[in-house]
Amino acid sequence: MTAVFKREFKSYFTSPLGYVYLAIFLFFEGMYFSTLYNNSSTSIEIIFSSLATIVVFITPVLTMRLLSEDRRQKVDQALLTAPVTVTGIVLGKFLAALAVYALAFSPTLLFQITVSFMASVNWLIYLNAALGAMLIGAALIAIGMFISSLTESPVISCILTLISFLLLMVLTNLAAMTGVSWLVSAAEKIAFVNLFFAFTESVFRITDIIYLVSISAVFVFLSVRAVEKRRWS
Amino acid sequence: MIEVSSLSKKYGNHLAVNNVSFSIKKGEVVGFLGPNGAGKSTIMNIMTGYLSLTSGNVSIDGFDIIDQPEEAKKRIGYLPEIPPLYTDMTVREYLYFMYDLKKVSFPKKPHIDEITRLVKIDNVIDRLIKNLSKGYRQRVGIAQALIGNPDLLILDEPTVGLDPKQIIEIRNLIARLGKNHTIILSSHILSEIQEVCERIIIINKGNIVADDTPTNLSKNLSSDHSLSLRVVGNEADIQKILSSVPNIKSIKCLGKKEEGSVDFVLEPKPDCDIRAAVSERLAERKKTILSLHSGEMTLEQIFLRLTDDTDRGAYYSKETESPKSNTPKVKLNLETGEALVGEQTEAEKEYKKEDK
Repeated sequence: MTAVFKREFKSYFTSPLGYVYLAIFLFFEGMYFSTLYNNSSTSIEIIFSSLATIVVFITPVLTMRLLSEDRRQKVDQALLTAPVTVTGIVLGKFLAALAVYALAFSPTLLFQITVSFMASVNWLIYLNAALGAMLIGAALIAIGMFISSLTESPVISCILTLISFLLLMVLTNLAAMTGVSWLVSAAEKIAFVNLFFAFTESVFRITDIIYLVSISAVFVFLSVRAVEKRRWS
Repeated sequence: MIEVSSLSKKYGNHLAVNNVSFSIKKGEVVGFLGPNGAGKSTIMNIMTGYLSLTSGNVSIDGFDIIDQPEEAKKRIGYLPEIPPLYTDMTVREYLYFMYDLKKVSFPKKPHIDEITRLVKIDNVIDRLIKNLSKGYRQRVGIAQALIGNPDLLILDEPTVGLDPKQIIEIRNLIARLGKNHTIILSSHILSEIQEVCERIIIINKGNIVADDTPTNLSKNLSSDHSLSLRVVGNEADIQKILSSVPNIKSIKCLGKKEEGSVDFVLEPKPDCDIRAAVSERLAERKKTILSLHSGEMTLEQIFLRLTDDTDRGAYYSKETESPKSNTPKVKLNLETGEALVGEQTEAEKEYKKEDK
């Protein structure tokens, strides 16, 4: 697992992909931070929810190659015939994408520390927002990875992932248009991307955490099954 | 070392491998021979745990590939048909990655250095794999299979797409590795398999159609195959002389290919060697033979024989069950048709290997 993780993490930075991903985040984080700074605000956590749209739009590029590229280049033969479990391989890749995602949010920690020297900051609120961002990211990456396991083409994987992420974002609005109340409440539960705002507003619900962890676990599991299934077809 | 018993693999409704059984002992170098789509790669992919099987059993060193995949896979080095390379890595990064992936316990750097020297890629070790030529990529693929020094090497068409010089190099490498590894390699090139393998398993349409030593196979396949002959003289004369030679089933004239000479193809009766008789008879009549050789046995011909000729099929099933001791005294080299008299002894084999 560690070997796959290390390779996968490095591979983000042997192509421009990882740099572009981080640069986009850095740009928006910097922009939001300068706005907060100019308004003498110490609520760094707001940056997390402001980035929700960016996350939805560009995280598909992190996951698009995870399981599709290996299959296209036939490298999966080396991985699957090595004495490692499929779960180990899939988890290694999942964690590598999650690490890049975490790296993208790391500047907020610097902002928080910088501000803490000048004013009093609430670390709990910051950490809660950061935890939320990580859990939501993990769930999104797991979904993206599952989609990448279904196709050999990174482009198709990227587009399908983007569509599913966008659906997650607009699901509540779509449900609201129908006016059916149970549909609206169901959509609110399913559209976990919106939890970004809850976490930022220092809402800490253990159910949300369990929910997000479960989504990640289910999709990591499904990815493993998708890889396994190809062997048996 | 390897036990494969009644292995079958279905892709949907297509039966790719049909009830295949064989066992390979430690130290054997075995060749899988078959046309494209015969099921060679599928069998290899199943043995290495890449694909599952529909029914049957595969065990490597006593470990079942389905029940104890990790233990079984530890003992296998696998080079698939397309080398599984991460083209965005350098050779060193890639080999270090495979080393980590395979959880090898040898010291990392000396082990990798030794392998890269062995397959002669130490001069490109810091180059990106995507900038390497096909031959080097293939060698990186072999290097990858050697990491961890597994007992069993499974090489799927290791020389495909290489130039003649590289083919010889890889073949020599395989022969060298064969001294202390069990090797299974596949190919659709007969001469290649013949050079390095002690045993050939011929696969066609998912079935094993022959399983024998190269010499046995060639003897049985070439004992009655046609002779090509080029003689100085005119067609009618020679036709007359040849028709007086016994044991010839048919004489076919191919006409003039070289000034002043005529070409013939002679088909002997089954199990007859007519070369000596033909040569003597022509010499008696003062006819000069410019060339006389067995027609090349192509893979297609072998397949036609092994799959169409039911008698032969029966012969092979009988042959595989019988002990190896009854090897024929006169053997024919499959490619050149030259006869090797007497059995090749172990010492001769060893000498031949070293000669390479």
